[in-house]
Amino acid sequence: MRRLILVLLTLWALPARAEIDIQEVTSPGGISAWLVEEHSIPFLALEIRFKGGASLEAEGKRGAINLMTGLLEEGAGELDARAFAEAAESLAAYYSFDVGDDSLNVSAWFLSENRDQAAALLKLALSEPRFDPEAIERVRTQVISYLRSRETDPDAIAGSTFDALAFPGHPYGSYYGGSIESVSALGRDDILDAYRRTIARDRLYVAAVGDITAEELGVLLDDLLGDLPEAGAPMPERAAYALGAGVTVVDFDTPQSVVQFGHAGIRRDDPDFITAYALNTILGGGNFGSRLMDELRERRGLTYGVRSYLVSTLYGEEILGVFSSSNEKAAEAIGLIRAEWERIAREGVTREELDDAKTYLTGAYPLRFDGNDSIARILAGMQMIGLPASYVRERNDLIRAITLEDANRVAARIYRPEALHFVVVGRPEGVESSE
Amino acid sequence: MRFKRAVPLLAALFFATVRASASLAGAVTDYRLDNGLQIVVIEDHRAPVVVQMLWYKAGAADEPPGKSGIAHFFEHLMFKATDDMEAGEFSEAVAANGGSDNAFTSQDYTAYYQRIAADRLELVMRMEADRMRDLLLTSEDIATEREVILEERAQRTDTDPGALAGEQMMATLYMNHPYRIPVIGWRHEVEKLDREDALAFYRRYYAPDNAVLVVAGDVVPEEVLELARKYYGPLAPTGGLKARIRPSEPPHLAPRRLTFTDPRVSQPYIRRLYLAPERNHGAQKEAAALTYLAEILGGTGATSVLGRALQFDRQIAVYADAGYSAVSLDPDTFGLIVVPVPGVSLQEAEEALDATIARFLQEGVDQDQFDRIRMQIRASEIYALDDVQGIARRYGAALTSGLTIEDVQDWPEVLQSVTPQEVMAAARRLFDANRSVTGWVMPAGEADSPEAAR
Repeated sequence: MRRLILVLLTLWALPARAEIDIQEVTSPGGISAWLVEEHSIPFLALEIRFKGGASLEAEGKRGAINLMTGLLEEGAGELDARAFAEAAESLAAYYSFDVGDDSLNVSAWFLSENRDQAAALLKLALSEPRFDPEAIERVRTQVISYLRSRETDPDAIAGSTFDALAFPGHPYGSYYGGSIESVSALGRDDILDAYRRTIARDRLYVAAVGDITAEELGVLLDDLLGDLPEAGAPMPERAAYALGAGVTVVDFDTPQSVVQFGHAGIRRDDPDFITAYALNTILGGGNFGSRLMDELRERRGLTYGVRSYLVSTLYGEEILGVFSSSNEKAAEAIGLIRAEWERIAREGVTREELDDAKTYLTGAYPLRFDGNDSIARILAGMQMIGLPASYVRERNDLIRAITLEDANRVAARIYRPEALHFVVVGRPEGVESSE
Repeated sequence: MRFKRAVPLLAALFFATVRASASLAGAVTDYRLDNGLQIVVIEDHRAPVVVQMLWYKAGAADEPPGKSGIAHFFEHLMFKATDDMEAGEFSEAVAANGGSDNAFTSQDYTAYYQRIAADRLELVMRMEADRMRDLLLTSEDIATEREVILEERAQRTDTDPGALAGEQMMATLYMNHPYRIPVIGWRHEVEKLDREDALAFYRRYYAPDNAVLVVAGDVVPEEVLELARKYYGPLAPTGGLKARIRPSEPPHLAPRRLTFTDPRVSQPYIRRLYLAPERNHGAQKEAAALTYLAEILGGTGATSVLGRALQFDRQIAVYADAGYSAVSLDPDTFGLIVVPVPGVSLQEAEEALDATIARFLQEGVDQDQFDRIRMQIRASEIYALDDVQGIARRYGAALTSGLTIEDVQDWPEVLQSVTPQEVMAAARRLFDANRSVTGWVMPAGEADSPEAAR
């Protein structure tokens, strides 16, 4: 069995294929977009990102941008919420609006048979949202209901506690949906202000994949986005990671503890980022076979799953991990995390581990490009973080170029066991908050 | 061996006005090996990727009494050592070739899948065939994995009051059928599962004559068949497997209700489940009508019957929805949920829900809404083509739930043929209180329990 796999591995040295042909399109009106033409299915997947997202929040108005985003499909132009929904349903067009720490994202699927009408309806939502008072109240009630459920959700408590300790004073330090108190206090003016801050042409990234030509896309983009305001709020400051080593236990009456842990991370534009990404795959990349999965789950049955991940967002960086473990086992699991952090920082990784990670990462990359929708999301995200279209072809070469020396230098640089902080939500036996 | 001509995936849509063309991706071919293995190949040549899914006609509802959780437990054990592979080697080999793999268990099936570069199909097929019959199970594997599963149960169920309440409701709705038992198993039974239980389940159900292989992606059917013959062909069938006839429901003579309290519930809600017919071979019309009914009642809040009545016309609910899956081997459930706004009690929410359903049964379906849903259902078949793994899942779930390839391919047309009258007739048959359970899920100590309200 082993031998067979080795044979296949050498075959894999052939170039991994990510054969998508990205056209960089600029509309007559000056809007740029990346396009992949795919005419075999009669629909178009359109992905629009407005950079900044919920981090553009006005002081004291946490949750306004999230609430505003939820209202974009609740009525626009002459159409109230119900008429808007009926129009979308009649076209079988699919729109989704969501916001996160770094961007407001619009995803749309248009059937070829009524693409222009579907785009016109989306234009209405983006450029003439009504923000009707009754819609504001309805969506506010939904948001508050969700915020209330987060108060008793151990995963949410762990994440929020860690963020607040890590990034005090920065939008990253609080949940973008706001608090029950802050959302309750928002007025319609705050919603309008949130709209003006986030949705503008100077922060726009567009990817289109599907049944459309470059020329048709140019016309569509000018119609759809050409009338948007030129500029929004200034981009946020960088977030300084402020959390020291230690343990924070949040008492919560439940049989299983949720543990979120980590420390400061590495910037996406750091020359060592790709190496760090490969290292994390080895340590806790979420696959079976990672060191953390092996130690906590496969050998000892301490958890259903554990993973570590790089959070390298636009304005701040962390290396984080998370797992759940029964209260009586949490202390043992935390000890193992510390030990693995020390091991990778001190000893680095083996050549075999690095080679395995490289084959995995280079093989997995082309598999991401497996549908109009997924390709559109990838291409919009790449543009926003400043990667060129050629990155799709070059990325696997960057992975292959990582040497063991690089990997072990970067492991010693980024993994800092002495800086690890653990937030534990539950009633873990033998785990107490540090001073 | 049986061979049938390839049927275009979109054949069922040709009657519609969609701009269908010969270039539309996706042909479906099916075979059956002499040892009973059914094979379905779905072509999609847009990306050099293949998904192999092996579906066993064995789920939680096929477990022996007292052994709840063994189907799911076994799903975990399938990643342990075989005569040719070490424990964990399967996933490592997939990952080393850039792929990903996982598995899932339901009441009616257990499925294993890998997503990998199309030229790696042989590797994953060889390994999947290997573990169908040649798994070695050590007592140590069993002990460690049982701990993992108890942690999984803790993470997914015991720490989630909504999941716990759902278990209580299913166990109340089904009085005799094994759907009353949760897929992950009752904790006290999972704690006692052992090697003998695992091996008995494995030997009986993990066999070519109890499995469906679905291969989807950038592949040629003849090549898939050739590989399948080579790796799955030599495997011995169990033979003599009986039809999957489970204990069935007696007449339901009384509505049931329960109140589930847990301090971790932050947002009280009311949920109701009705026993509902599922899609059956050659008889999918009732399920198609119920699929519309779920969209008419639930669907988008601004246009649905429940959303308009409870969220728009009156501010009773934060959220209201209806749900129905349609695919299961035995009778399914149709669910309703209402999450009241602060200040509205569960009693008031339930009364508003009942009044809305009663009015709907009286007034019937709005024709415009019906037409919009029909259009959306038609479009969803086009959007579905973007996700070949989703299509593979659709075939696998159907073929292990008593349906045939023809049923899967007829389904879009059956959906398009449903009339508003059929929806109303199905709704009248469905909403029989005696065949329902109503659950109130709330924090401890709230005064408005059903008992207190009566």
